[in-house]
Amino acid sequence: MHDYAFDIAHLLAGSLVLVSFMLIYQDRIFALLNVFALQALLLAMAVAWQAYIQGAHHLYASAAIALVFKAVIVPWALHRMVRRLGIHRDVETVVGVVPTMLAGMGLVALSILLMLQLTAAAENALAREDLAFALSVILLGMLMMVTRRNAVSQVVGFMSLENGLILAATGAQGMPFVVEISVAFSVLIAMIVIGVFLFRIRERFDSVDIEALDHFRGERR
Amino acid sequence: MELIWNLMLQGVQMMVVLALAPGLTGLVRKVKARLTRRRGAPIVQPYRDLVRLLRKEVVLAENASWLFRVSPYMIFAATWVAAALVPTFAIGLQFSWTADLIAIVALLGSVRFFLALAGMDIGTSFGGIGSSREMMIGAIAEPAMLLTMFSVALVAGTTQLSYVVEFMASGEVGIRVSLGMALIALIIVAIAENARIPVDNPSTHLELTMVHEAMVLEYSGRHLAMIELAAMLKLLLYVALIGCIFAPWGIAPNDSGPSELLAGFAFFLGKLAAGGILLAVFETSIAKMRVFRVPDLLGAALMLGLLGTLLLFVSRSL
Amino acid sequence: MGVAAAATTAAVLLALSLGAVATARRRWAPAVIYMLSGAACVVQALAGIAALATRAGTTSLTVPIGLPWMGAHLAQDALSSVFLALLGTGGAAASFYAAGYGRHEHEPQRVLPFFPGFLGAMTLVILAADAFTFLLSWEIMSLLSWALVLAHHRDEGSRSAGYLYLVMAAFGTMVLLLAFGLMAGAQGGYEFAAIRAVERTPGIAALVLGLMVIGAGSKAGLVPLHVWLPVAHPAAPSHVSALMSGVMTKVAVYGFIRVCFDLVGPVDWWMSPIIIVIGVGTAVMGILFAIMDGDGKRILAFSTIENIGVIFTALGLALAFRANGMQAMAALAMTAALLHAVNHMMFKSLLFMVMGAVLNATGRKDLDGLGGLIHRMPATSFLALVGVTAISALPPLNGFVSEWLLFQTVLQSPRLPQPALQFMVPAAGGLLALAAALAAACFVRFYGVAFLGRARSGDVAAATETDRWSLGAMAGMALLCVLAGILPGYLVDLLAPAADLVVGARIAPQGGNAWLTLVPVADVRSSYSGFLVMVFVAVTGSAVAWLVHRLASQRLRRGPAWDCGFPNADPITQYGGGSVAQPIRRVMASVLAAHETVLMPRPGDMGPARHSAGVEDLAWSRLYLPVAAAVIGATTRLNGLQFLTIRRYLGLVFASLILLLVGLALWN
Repeated sequence: MHDYAFDIAHLLAGSLVLVSFMLIYQDRIFALLNVFALQALLLAMAVAWQAYIQGAHHLYASAAIALVFKAVIVPWALHRMVRRLGIHRDVETVVGVVPTMLAGMGLVALSILLMLQLTAAAENALAREDLAFALSVILLGMLMMVTRRNAVSQVVGFMSLENGLILAATGAQGMPFVVEISVAFSVLIAMIVIGVFLFRIRERFDSVDIEALDHFRGERR
Repeated sequence: MELIWNLMLQGVQMMVVLALAPGLTGLVRKVKARLTRRRGAPIVQPYRDLVRLLRKEVVLAENASWLFRVSPYMIFAATWVAAALVPTFAIGLQFSWTADLIAIVALLGSVRFFLALAGMDIGTSFGGIGSSREMMIGAIAEPAMLLTMFSVALVAGTTQLSYVVEFMASGEVGIRVSLGMALIALIIVAIAENARIPVDNPSTHLELTMVHEAMVLEYSGRHLAMIELAAMLKLLLYVALIGCIFAPWGIAPNDSGPSELLAGFAFFLGKLAAGGILLAVFETSIAKMRVFRVPDLLGAALMLGLLGTLLLFVSRSL
Repeated sequence: MGVAAAATTAAVLLALSLGAVATARRRWAPAVIYMLSGAACVVQALAGIAALATRAGTTSLTVPIGLPWMGAHLAQDALSSVFLALLGTGGAAASFYAAGYGRHEHEPQRVLPFFPGFLGAMTLVILAADAFTFLLSWEIMSLLSWALVLAHHRDEGSRSAGYLYLVMAAFGTMVLLLAFGLMAGAQGGYEFAAIRAVERTPGIAALVLGLMVIGAGSKAGLVPLHVWLPVAHPAAPSHVSALMSGVMTKVAVYGFIRVCFDLVGPVDWWMSPIIIVIGVGTAVMGILFAIMDGDGKRILAFSTIENIGVIFTALGLALAFRANGMQAMAALAMTAALLHAVNHMMFKSLLFMVMGAVLNATGRKDLDGLGGLIHRMPATSFLALVGVTAISALPPLNGFVSEWLLFQTVLQSPRLPQPALQFMVPAAGGLLALAAALAAACFVRFYGVAFLGRARSGDVAAATETDRWSLGAMAGMALLCVLAGILPGYLVDLLAPAADLVVGARIAPQGGNAWLTLVPVADVRSSYSGFLVMVFVAVTGSAVAWLVHRLASQRLRRGPAWDCGFPNADPITQYGGGSVAQPIRRVMASVLAAHETVLMPRPGDMGPARHSAGVEDLAWSRLYLPVAAAVIGATTRLNGLQFLTIRRYLGLVFASLILLLVGLALWN
């Protein structure tokens, strides 16, 4: 039984990494948002599974938060925003998809290598691997933020980064619930702020391509 | 006596794959037709097509060389041998150790090589376009496939398909995220290699997008029959390969009696049908890609294969 | 026989060179000299194979030539025997081929005197047992091959190729000199036996290894030291190209193995990932450039770079396993490396000889000027088909066997203790698979454009089959490719003593396995029988063909090509070299630094639209050109030193004296 508990936790965490790669691969904004919702859903499942095997009931609440906010409300809000702004449906990339994914592979290898070495003393294999996966998700989120020009996909990258944080928190069996809630709220607020910014950028520059901002600052001619 | 029995089993395996291959293609076509609210040709239609093609005379382009005439038979033979080496209803057959996973992949590489050469033999622009694109697709699909095979081989500790199946069926495997990734990657590769939607469309001659059809454009009569049959065998091979690695249930173990063999056969038929129906559903629900989007898809398969291999090192027991 | 036989052949070859100087202009000279060098090479090959088959130990010989107090030490052990056999086989094929091919040479006196000497010098490199003989022979080998590159010296391309080659060869030898200097240490023992006996710190060993990667790697063609290879190898006459690509690069591999696995002693594991990365990068970049090139011989030269990358990857793996004390796995990797070296000699010699035959028959080697050769030169085309199938690593021929062994080695990597290697090796395996698949694409393009389709120029339409000597040599190599593919067990057994010598273990004997199957580790892990695959494919293929012709239909009618209803009579509408490469160029654009421009005339302008595309070798533009510019800049500045007054010269002398004295004072 224990083995299967382990396998399923492993599978869910691994799927989160996989979905992070799917986020990098997507080149349509709506598909991107759907994949992001999928990631949040998987996250909720992963957290719920952890709650079940650890017997930690407060984690069910975190799972519910992830499910409601990140899998439903945030994607829905972003969908609406994209539609109202009439943003280009394509995700403009700075670096091509395949090189980005290659870089992503390198990051995953790095985080696994790092976590396995740093936590070599730890008893709990599950926590170690969860941490490795979580770090991968975080790094992939950052990678997405630096390689995408579109503000919406940067928001998504930021959110998926935060998913990685929650995964790490639940796997490590130590983060108090309060911290988690505050993280979730701060992310929500960040989304609102970024949303407002999107409107502003759009009003001024008629585009959400953030390189338009460089132009404005005189950094690019 | 035992040797004769084993040889017979091996022969049965060869005949089974050959006999079922057109049926699988017919099934896929039928299901696709029904899904798009057409009646569709009967499942046995591919058999009739092949017989008709075999009876027709060959119209050969004026400057076709001997390579063009020999290739269909070589392509067919190599595909058939490769298909016969993949466990279908039983493992541990007489010659199952002849070629391992890597060699089977490479044997399919030889098939692609000669098909692409045949496409260039007449010296038409369509043949060239097909061959060059096929080699581009193959150049990414083959490493992707080998990487998934690495994942499987590292888990099972062997590249010998019979032992891989034995290990996968033993329940020691558990649920592994790497194998899931390998499965997805292998499915993508299978779709690309068999020229299915979204990579290629087997049922059109739409000039700018075709790949496989462009290569075989100049073939006719018995030559075309051989190539079509080889393509059908290849589809069956991939379904059987995915089935025996990722759904190894019901395959008769070494030295099993007739009842187990029959059960294995029934399971195999079930897997083929399931694979065919799933493929048809997938094909009807997705649109054809632009040719230069295909490398992205295959690149994703390559990444998945690599990611699967990397993640092996964080799973248990390795 | 031992080393004496091989040493004699080397002497005979060198003497032939001197003889050729006197007789090169005679009409009978080419045939006689090539036949004699061919015979010497056959003896060499036999000496190598006999020593391996009888498991003869090390035999050595001291010749009183060279440094007065030392003489020249020669020795033949299992490793030398492998490469001696390789050299003999490749040399014999090239020599016999040249007996026919060389007749077309316009200036035989520019080739004949150097050819046997080149072979002899390579033999001496392999037999050398002291640093002085090794380096001297290495340098002679470089210089003679340089002279051969310049055989067609009136060609501007050949001259610049020769210049580049000379610079790189000198650089390589200089680095080797440093490596041997480090190994000999302060005691100055230059005999290999003395070098072996010295204990070294890991730092020195790693440094020597790094120098060998540069020194031997520049001769073998590792990226980014490869730039000379694709210009120099094709510039030489084709039988020399075959030798340079097929054999001389292997002599460089021999030098690397000799020093890094034998002389320098134990090496830390962390050098191995570096070699693996360089090897894999070389393999992928080499084959990508091969796909992009339009010149038949340059394609082959780039593909040599790829194969060298494969060999070095295997050597890196062997080093990793050996450093971790896993001798059996190291033996597997080493066997894969040696087998690939031997295989590459076979098919690369074959393909260069094929290109030579094509060049002779048509006067062209650009793919876009050829086409349809399968109709004009059927025998050559058939042999070329064997060669391209072998080099594309397709079963059941020999290229696949060594790739397969290498993949089996890669699959052993989880046993390595270092996580970095555990992660890297499967990824390297994936890249090797990519290189192999790209090689198939490359040779579909090579064969499809040059040999299939319709003739693109009048030169091809007038081509005729090549001479018997050339055909014989090519057929011999093609036969070896097939035999090594279906009977790999015997070849692996022959290589086993060499692996045993350098890594201390050997893989299980293969010759006695049922159905000639190759079982490198254990039969539950992996097995492959090239023989059975060949038999199955051949039997089913011919049986089916017979049945179809017998039972179904055998009618056949010739007609115009279909081509979707619009066949175009102009051969230019075929897919050419550039168009076949286009999909891969587009997919790999970022790796290749590919550029593509379309110039559209403005509306109303009757001028033609122009499309140009190409790739850039970043090693050349980012590494070599800046270095060259820096050197030229520095020399221009220093040029001023030649026009100073006497007082300033004296000042310079004085300043350097003071500097040296100060240095001395600080040193003490």
